[in-house]
Amino acid sequence: MSEALVASRTAGTDVFVPAASGGLQFWRRLRTQRAALGAAVVVALLVLVALAAPLLTAIEGQDPTSYHPALIDSARGGVPTGPLGGIGPDHWLGIEPQTGRDLFARLAYGARVSLGVALAATVVQIAFGVVLGIAAGLGNRWVDELLSRITDIFVAMPLMIMSLALLAIVPPAFPRPVLVTLVIGLISWGNIAKVVRARTLTLKELDHVAAARLSGWGAWRIARRELVPGLAAPVLTYAALLVPQNVTVEAALSFLGVGVKPPTPSWGQMLTAADVWYQAAPQYLLLPAGALFVTVLALTVLGDGVRTALDPRAASRLRVGTGRRRETKADTGSRGDSV
Amino acid sequence: MTGFGGFLARRAIGTLLTLFALSVIVYVVFYATPGDVAQITCGPRCSPAQVHQVAAQLRLDDPLYVRYGHFLQGLLAGQDYSTGTSVEHCPAPCLGLSYQSDQQVTRLILAKLPVSLSLVFGAMVLWLVLGVGTGVLSAWRRGRLSERVLTALTLAGTATPVFVIGLILLIVVCGELRLLPFPQYVNLTDDPEQWAWNLLLPWVSLALIEAAAFARLTRSSMLETLAEDHIRTFRAYGVGERSVIGRHALRGAFAPVIALNANNFGSAVGGAVLTETLFGLPGVGQELVHAVNVVDLPVVVGMVLVIGFFVVLANAVADVLYAVADRRVVLS
Repeated sequence: MSEALVASRTAGTDVFVPAASGGLQFWRRLRTQRAALGAAVVVALLVLVALAAPLLTAIEGQDPTSYHPALIDSARGGVPTGPLGGIGPDHWLGIEPQTGRDLFARLAYGARVSLGVALAATVVQIAFGVVLGIAAGLGNRWVDELLSRITDIFVAMPLMIMSLALLAIVPPAFPRPVLVTLVIGLISWGNIAKVVRARTLTLKELDHVAAARLSGWGAWRIARRELVPGLAAPVLTYAALLVPQNVTVEAALSFLGVGVKPPTPSWGQMLTAADVWYQAAPQYLLLPAGALFVTVLALTVLGDGVRTALDPRAASRLRVGTGRRRETKADTGSRGDSV
Repeated sequence: MTGFGGFLARRAIGTLLTLFALSVIVYVVFYATPGDVAQITCGPRCSPAQVHQVAAQLRLDDPLYVRYGHFLQGLLAGQDYSTGTSVEHCPAPCLGLSYQSDQQVTRLILAKLPVSLSLVFGAMVLWLVLGVGTGVLSAWRRGRLSERVLTALTLAGTATPVFVIGLILLIVVCGELRLLPFPQYVNLTDDPEQWAWNLLLPWVSLALIEAAAFARLTRSSMLETLAEDHIRTFRAYGVGERSVIGRHALRGAFAPVIALNANNFGSAVGGAVLTETLFGLPGVGQELVHAVNVVDLPVVVGMVLVIGFFVVLANAVADVLYAVADRRVVLS
């Protein structure tokens, strides 16, 4: 099939137009995958909730850190007094046992921490991975050897263990979400660096990059002008898989009590205290657990979709039989993946 | 066999170099931090005299590389520590002293290691069986309803953090249904049956997450193999579908599964830390979390080194197994 021509649907008829730009083509291929599209909507909603957390809690009339001792039955060990764990017009999702803090507010602000840390950590991972990967790919034998060894060590490093350990030695005064972001980002950039290095080695041999090198361009200019466009697809593919992983790691660290610390709310941290209260206030456990599940699931499905959209041939190889038809449909941009 | 022997030698040297580099990085990161290392190591309740003694034992006046050399010497040959009144000998893999718990770090870790090994290796059997089984089944039942259900379950498995699955299992199985008592670790040597029953839930929690990754990998590499020419030839010769799937396609998935099992070892250890904390298993992971919370620096460093050692070793073993399974690797 010709890559130069893609069909695009305009005003109900199929007309052949010259190949769309990379971004547009990517979007078309992503759009044809219903699961990925659904996941993208969920992710967008989560991001919206995270961004609008102050607004939403203002509408509810609550904030994530105020204690409400009046709503707590201290005689029964601190369970919420109202029915259903204190759900009502003032507290949309009920209140936390023992403290009486508003659960909706904590959940919404927890989304900020969860998504903010995960995305920022991914940016750090990409930055390190791309810079070191390009340096290894463009550098001479010794630079490559040294950087590749260092990368190997970081690939082998168990992220959870190293993060745990590093979080121990940083003074508590350091802002925790920033710290967790940096720790995750600085430890697990190795795989991106490997992908980027391998891709750089391939790109280096291509005519346009070779021409730039022969023209005496500096490494920085070559990297920025000639390499980065070719690196975007593999980096994006890998980064899309890193985001859900980072969400999980942040939640895990906070669950263990070394990540984001109170009073800043975080889903992982909410789960730490929740298991004792599952009978009196089940939503105290189920809400953060569900939020984590939905977030990681949506990000994973979206990540798979991004990979399929960026490399449809690799993805369709795995769909023997119906694969060819699906690929054709994905490329033509029609929305017919209803098998 | 020079090819394979040379490959083994190269891998062994590479592994040793990686271990050395790991120890340097870990040592520098944790012992060259700004701040009073002696005070941190000794703990918040130490008197100035004790801090002074710790500083002398850590040789804080020496330059960093001398201190590292001293540390490495303890690791390889053992070391003597004077505790003011008496001299304590710390034998060969000496990871230093925990001043806060007043114990040798190596002994502390060795005491906790059986619990963690029981957890990880038991779960590993489970996740390999579950994961590869699910992967084979969903590659075999391609396009049918059972494949979709399996794929959906697998996806849900990858998306659920281990502590969420563990928490829910704990509440449902032990709390509501009362099928099992709340887990309490029993030594394998004391009572093997109780050991297994008490580890059942932790094994399942840890294995479900890891199995999902294996199911996805097994499925995709089997499908990739099934699309290859030699499989078409087998089918054309009339080889039965069961044999094509079970013998020939599965062989294609073998090497990637081995590689993933080793590469996931690190993440499985991370999962084990969470599982131990959740189920209250007194393993290395729980000790690490405790050491991190009270900032017991020698224990933290020792744990990181020991776990890093196992992870690097797992990667090396996997490379060799991979080469045995797929000889083309040796040539590259």
